[in-house]
Amino acid sequence: MRNYLDFEKPIAELEGSIRELEATANGSSGVNIAEEVAKLRAKAEQQIKLIYSKLTPWQKTQVARHPDRPHFGEYVAGLVEDFTPLAGDRAFADDKAIIGGLGRFRGRSVMVIGQEKGRGTEGRVRHNFGMARPEGYRKAIRLMEMADRFGIPVITLVDTPGAYPGIDAEARGQAEAIARGIDCCLSLKVPFIACIVGEGGSGGAVAIAAADRVLMYEHAIYSVASPEACAAILWSSPDKTQEAAEALKVTSKDLERLGVIDTIVPEPLGGAHRAPEEAIRTLGDAIEAAMAPLFAMEAGQLREARRRRFLEMGRVIGA
Amino acid sequence: MNWLTNNVLPRIRALGRKKEVPDKLWEKCPSCGQMIFHRDLEEAQRVCPHCDHHMRIGPAQRFAAMFDNGDYSLIELPEVITDPLKFRDSKRYGDRLKDARSKSGDQDAMKVAHGLMGGNHVVIAVQNFGFMGGSMGLAVGEALIAASKLALAQEAPLIVFAASGGARMQEGILSLMQMPRTTIAVQRLREVGLPFIVILTDPTTGGVTASYAMLGDIQIAEPGALIGFAGPRVIEQTIREKLPEGFQRAEYLLEHGMLDMVVHRHELRASLLRLVDLLRNREAKRIVAAPAPEPVAAAEASAENGDKHG
Repeated sequence: MRNYLDFEKPIAELEGSIRELEATANGSSGVNIAEEVAKLRAKAEQQIKLIYSKLTPWQKTQVARHPDRPHFGEYVAGLVEDFTPLAGDRAFADDKAIIGGLGRFRGRSVMVIGQEKGRGTEGRVRHNFGMARPEGYRKAIRLMEMADRFGIPVITLVDTPGAYPGIDAEARGQAEAIARGIDCCLSLKVPFIACIVGEGGSGGAVAIAAADRVLMYEHAIYSVASPEACAAILWSSPDKTQEAAEALKVTSKDLERLGVIDTIVPEPLGGAHRAPEEAIRTLGDAIEAAMAPLFAMEAGQLREARRRRFLEMGRVIGA
Repeated sequence: MNWLTNNVLPRIRALGRKKEVPDKLWEKCPSCGQMIFHRDLEEAQRVCPHCDHHMRIGPAQRFAAMFDNGDYSLIELPEVITDPLKFRDSKRYGDRLKDARSKSGDQDAMKVAHGLMGGNHVVIAVQNFGFMGGSMGLAVGEALIAASKLALAQEAPLIVFAASGGARMQEGILSLMQMPRTTIAVQRLREVGLPFIVILTDPTTGGVTASYAMLGDIQIAEPGALIGFAGPRVIEQTIREKLPEGFQRAEYLLEHGMLDMVVHRHELRASLLRLVDLLRNREAKRIVAAPAPEPVAAAEASAENGDKHG
């Protein structure tokens, strides 16, 4: 059973009718429903096109958090061969909100790191909803530094509501762990691609996303604060979430205009969750294309160019 | 927005206001509630003489207390794009910014100065919590980058007094991008061996703590300062329990290994002087220290000789 978002109601109804028709046809042979189903399918597709061509920032936020949207595990399964997860920060624990490991991407050894939100109640709790603690960032740092030593490019997949705001996380230096994460991103001498695949939530996202190239899915979001948090702080009202999503400029188009991301990765019609395999393949192609020119650059030059891109950010903004 | 409305008008307004409002003679300590004579409080750098509570202070007082004889030069900070997102909540961000500017007479929440401290040339950047909660947007990011550049040009240490609620939400993702940008400013100093010293003051949270404010060679905090990533309210809402006493205070961070030291405001200058001296004289010390083993070796040699002959 597909999960539908509120604004997908017209789609849900049409697809519901299709399922009903098919069920009836299966029960009684001889009824020709092919024509009717085809009509309904065309209608549904039209609806999806219509709705997804003008998603509001708040609707995009919901798509970015869609429960059926691919997660870290699916991306790795679809794009990385011989994936070998590597655990632990060597100081305190293994944080399952961030997964990382070695593997082969299109014939080349890579280090892949990203947040995993988990599926189902048990899975979500195990991965803490993709909200990392300091040991998660410290594991990411350990793996990035290892990649750097072996000349292996780094790919990160960002999908987090934010770093975990808890007593234990603060006690072990959440702020310091994030700061060191950013520091590490900007110290690497190997090619480094970050992909905002779902939610890019604040410092918890940027800690593994200060890369040479930042790719972002069409319907992903990347923001300094969640629309909910922003509404609570600036409007002092949780009902203003939609306005906050609008004002914060969280969509891929906005971020491209602001010069914060480099490439928008198109999603299948109706979002990545409708055709995950196609979405994952498209992302793989985009990563490969973004990485290729980086290999031509000298290590020191690459790092300096990465830093310069960030230093130039926000100095001039396109129309 | 032009230079006149952004720069000149707020300063004129600030000047006018200073004359209108007479100085308060007495002030109440927000911690112990005692009334303190205004002049005494200023002389004590706004540390309560009764309970030692460190009240928040702005850039001018910091600079005056840190530099030799209170002599320093402010640097002009780069202009940045105003209100890049055309952000509006219950009020336009542009208007909020204008208000903050005319109230403070400052352009934004960080000021940078250079001068002598104990005879050493230093660059000091101070974040002003009084200016929109010290929040970090394009202006604070550029100010820290400018401070780092100045320190590089002068081969001077950079000392930063952090005070901030975090990223300036009204600048959206661009405020988040100040975390990597300011980190690069710190890296530039590290890579040429210039000291970067951070003093965390009350309060320092969010994206500021999670970038340059936690990357100092030396991490100092003022007593009682609230320091953390997530704010206490956010944590309480998340975990739905009361936070332990003293949680996220300077002393708590020291105990958890996040700081080198907690230093009383009255001892800050002396501590910084000593640290800068120690960090800067590294080479000279090695040269002085190097010959030291010789007399020992000589003494041992003569002792051996003595043994032989004895």
